Amino acid sequence: MSATLLRTSALRAGIRASAAKPMAGMASTSFVRGKATLPDLPYDYGALEPHISGQIMELHHAKHHQTYVNGVNAAIEAIGDAQAKGDAQAAAKQAPLLNFHGGGHINHSLFWENLAPNGKGGGGEPTGKLLTAINEDFGSFDNLKKQTNAALAGIQGSGWAWLVKDKTSGTLGLVTRMGQDPVSGNLEPLMGIDAWEHAYYLQYQNRKAEYFGAIWEVINWGNVAKRFEK
Amino acid sequence: MSVGTYYLPALPYAYNALEPSISAQIMELHHSKHHQTYVTNLNNALKSYSTASSSNDIPQQIALQQAIKFNGGGHINHSLFWENLTPASSPDAKTDSAPTLVAAIDKTWGSVDSFKATFNKALLGIQGSGWGWLVKDAQGLRIVTTKDQDPVVSGEVPIFGVDMWEHAYYLQYLNGKAAYVENIWNVINWKTAEKRYKGSAQDAFSVLKASL
Repeated sequence: MSATLLRTSALRAGIRASAAKPMAGMASTSFVRGKATLPDLPYDYGALEPHISGQIMELHHAKHHQTYVNGVNAAIEAIGDAQAKGDAQAAAKQAPLLNFHGGGHINHSLFWENLAPNGKGGGGEPTGKLLTAINEDFGSFDNLKKQTNAALAGIQGSGWAWLVKDKTSGTLGLVTRMGQDPVSGNLEPLMGIDAWEHAYYLQYQNRKAEYFGAIWEVINWGNVAKRFEK
Repeated sequence: MSVGTYYLPALPYAYNALEPSISAQIMELHHSKHHQTYVTNLNNALKSYSTASSSNDIPQQIALQQAIKFNGGGHINHSLFWENLTPASSPDAKTDSAPTLVAAIDKTWGSVDSFKATFNKALLGIQGSGWGWLVKDAQGLRIVTTKDQDPVVSGEVPIFGVDMWEHAYYLQYLNGKAAYVENIWNVINWKTAEKRYKGSAQDAFSVLKASL
């Protein structure tokens, strides 16, 4: 399902050495010359405090996201090598790694952009067309928050919750994804919240509900609205 | 129908007894918070299941199965895990305490070192939350990984498990999970492993007692 598109486009990026085009619909995900690269954070590591600690942000970006970048590049290279040898089996073996690391790269790239320091683009409430759509599809902004927090709390293991837009109907919805499965197919990811333990454990430990409560103080609604109206 | 209430088993050692391999802070949160949450949510799910069952509410019974699997799995996995760890200073932490099991490991993987290397690779290959287990089945010894809290309950005997959820190591090892995987070997309880190897799956699960 959702992984198919990713595989295909990441595969293409890997095969064409000159492919500098970002993956469809993933404008913020950097792939240069078919290589994934770690995007710069649009704010300092400490800028989301006290809601997300500087230590978490630094490890999350510099270590975890970097590992996904390395992993997706390794998978793409291995697929290229396998293809050069006509070894379909070896190429297929990389598919789960491509989905996992490629998904990790995509998800984190979207996540950094849909966060912002509180009072400097982060927190507050959505406005304009996005707010109208939220009111229509969730009843109210408060309901959206409640439903998102319930979805996040219900994730059994590592995963993400996403506010998404159905590309056909334009309606908003809420989905969760396990591991690093990216949102794709007919759903446009508008805002993601990382529910992996590494996203909050150093600061919130087992009290993940507190993290889910605090993250709303740093949601970049301007960025979410831009994705919505695209 | 009355249902049993599961409870958090006491750790067979102090929270700080596995240091420096696993910090006391991790052990305390892991046991008193995470494991407790699985126990609490398992009991809640079983109670709801019992109500649904006595009112012949099959949709509700089906709806509750995932909560039972996840929280029951969490309770089973952690109960087995605590028992298959021991302070590094204990004689039980030496492979000498598992002569029969070690002979079987040698036969399967060539040596304990080569087994450890294979096990570590399996642990580090887990994508997301999960566990790695050494199990015994009709064919012999095997390494399996399970996602999230899926328990090993299909007839295999769990010999020992290693928790690869980030909460099991993150406060101490951060993103350096390879170091956690390396150090866990210092605190594996080979005596428990030997006992489980010689016993049945039922014997291994006997630690899971419910109070009625």
